[in-house]
Amino acid sequence: MQIEINERPTEIAAGTTLAQLRDAVKPEADLCIRNGHPEREDVPLAPGDRVVFIRRGEIPAAEDLEALLAARHTPGVHARIKSATVGIAGCGGLGSAIAVALARTGVGNLILADFDLVEPSNLNRQQYFVDQIGLPKVLALRDNLARINPYVRVTAHNERLTPENIPARFAAVEVMVEAFDAADQKAMLAQVFLNKVPGKPLVMGSGMAGFGPSNTVVTRRAATNLYLIGDGETAARPGEGLMAPRVGIAAHHQANAVLRLLLGEEPA
Amino acid sequence: MIITLNGKARQCDAPLTVADLIATLQLDADRVAVEHNRIVLLKGDFAAIPLRDGDVLEIVQFVGGG
Repeated sequence: MQIEINERPTEIAAGTTLAQLRDAVKPEADLCIRNGHPEREDVPLAPGDRVVFIRRGEIPAAEDLEALLAARHTPGVHARIKSATVGIAGCGGLGSAIAVALARTGVGNLILADFDLVEPSNLNRQQYFVDQIGLPKVLALRDNLARINPYVRVTAHNERLTPENIPARFAAVEVMVEAFDAADQKAMLAQVFLNKVPGKPLVMGSGMAGFGPSNTVVTRRAATNLYLIGDGETAARPGEGLMAPRVGIAAHHQANAVLRLLLGEEPA
Repeated sequence: MIITLNGKARQCDAPLTVADLIATLQLDADRVAVEHNRIVLLKGDFAAIPLRDGDVLEIVQFVGGG
């Protein structure tokens, strides 16, 4: 009969039990997951069962890991986005969360740029850790992405983006993400990217400070190749800071817009 | 002349540049992106581009935070 072992179709003898299979395939395993649930007792296996053997704390072998990571990806989607390249300008509250979402989804190539260092005040919303304080954000984020999905190829530019370097840094992207903090920098990136790298979509964020209603954050098409996410008006200012929930909502709108564009769907 | 601004018809008096229009709308030229007849403009070109009857513009304004 055919079952799946570690996400790969495998032929086994009818009547094999879970413990027999573990002893044959991975005797050191201390967790046996059958059809999504850990099994404490030995059970007979049925055709079509999906079995994963895990040793706690062990990183799976490279040949198994990619199939295991891709197990929840939608067939067809994964193949398409694995070859895709997405640029992310700014690795703060928006950019770090967008990068994590795209890496988990399986986007194959990310180009990151930021000149900033991880500061304690960033940890209220940005995807960094206390032990990364003081590190360049792009390098800290590259490390974090590698711990999530080592099959994402990350190019990290630890520098300030300018009208001069933006076209060269992001010439190869299929979809570009703006994730800056300052409004004038958002405008600069929109002008330079859309003018100098024409024909490619840009997904931007504007208006996600504070703790206003979640549903005022929307995705809309603001120009031919410009998708704008946010409430459009809530700027970060004293008394209305940037917080993880609403920045995360906007970041995941942006990540989903990227995914839809890569799959040929209109984001808004 | 009549232009289309963010999807709506708008009566304007010529001559009018993109920079003039941004000023008339009381927008901050440092915080906008302007698409003029499907081409996104660089800020340095705002004052040099005259608007003509039938032009289509999208002006997007940004606020800080990210």
